[in-house]
Amino acid sequence: MPHPSDDRPDPRPVPPASGAPEPGGTHRANLPLPPPEPVDPDLGPGPAQGAPPESRLPVLLAISLGGGAGAAVRYGATVLWPTPTGAFPWTVLVVNAAGCAGMGVLMALLTEVWRGAPRLLRPFLGTGVLGGFTTFSTYALDVQTLLDGGRPGRALADLALTLLAALAAVTAASGLTRWAVRPRLSRTGRSTV
Amino acid sequence: MNWLLVVAGGMIGTPLRYLTDRAVQRHHASAFPWGTLVVNVSGSLVLGVLTGALLTGAASENLLLFAGTGICGAYTTYSTFSYETLRLAERGERTAAFANVALSLTAALGAAVLGLGLARAVWGG
Repeated sequence: MPHPSDDRPDPRPVPPASGAPEPGGTHRANLPLPPPEPVDPDLGPGPAQGAPPESRLPVLLAISLGGGAGAAVRYGATVLWPTPTGAFPWTVLVVNAAGCAGMGVLMALLTEVWRGAPRLLRPFLGTGVLGGFTTFSTYALDVQTLLDGGRPGRALADLALTLLAALAAVTAASGLTRWAVRPRLSRTGRSTV
Repeated sequence: MNWLLVVAGGMIGTPLRYLTDRAVQRHHASAFPWGTLVVNVSGSLVLGVLTGALLTGAASENLLLFAGTGICGAYTTYSTFSYETLRLAERGERTAAFANVALSLTAALGAAVLGLGLARAVWGG
């Protein structure tokens, strides 16, 4: 059973990093090893060589639909909680941190339990919804606007707090999700890393 | 109307990120997420230009909603950036994880400044 998440034609096998076992199974006896999980969640583990090119359009459509939905929710948040000029951009910070938490949960589920998930689920939810929901450009402009407006303290706080919140969110969400599904895995006789 | 502009922009920006990411990643064999870096830096540059154009009166609010909030907002991403950083750290590639953060932040911020400056140079203000 291949484990494609998209139609990437040229999967780059990732050389194993020194000492760090790939999550998702180096000791899974009697089961075919899944392809190693790459760093980039949008590209995913490559499918078996040469997926048919016609599978590319559904992937792009799923990404596009998800992205439209994600962008709409982000815009809705900024309409509900607008940031006055010069104020600290909490809304975008919370949006980004929440999206990073979502990505941590999604990727942990996809790599630990939903190995047979529909092929379009990751492109739709990960690349699409969460990718369209979170934003780097608005963040960069927010920091720059605060600097320009003579608020270097707030600019630095936004720069650092967003980063810390995002990394903490994705790390905690990923770890908690893996921990939460572990009992299920052991009941089905599969081991986790 | 505002919602339509943002959704339409989001539907364009997101596949654009995927295609850009793939095109960049195809050209090197390392695990370093150059694709997302290129996306976030280029998106910040364009949003800088758009914001500058709005400030100088060369762009409308509607254009900003469509191309800024919609396209650039969805084209750039924090979730993929943070997950890739986490993956690098989990694989023991601390230096690469740190470099990804440092490069992304400084380059995107620099691109935003550059974009604003370009817009002011072109449209005055």
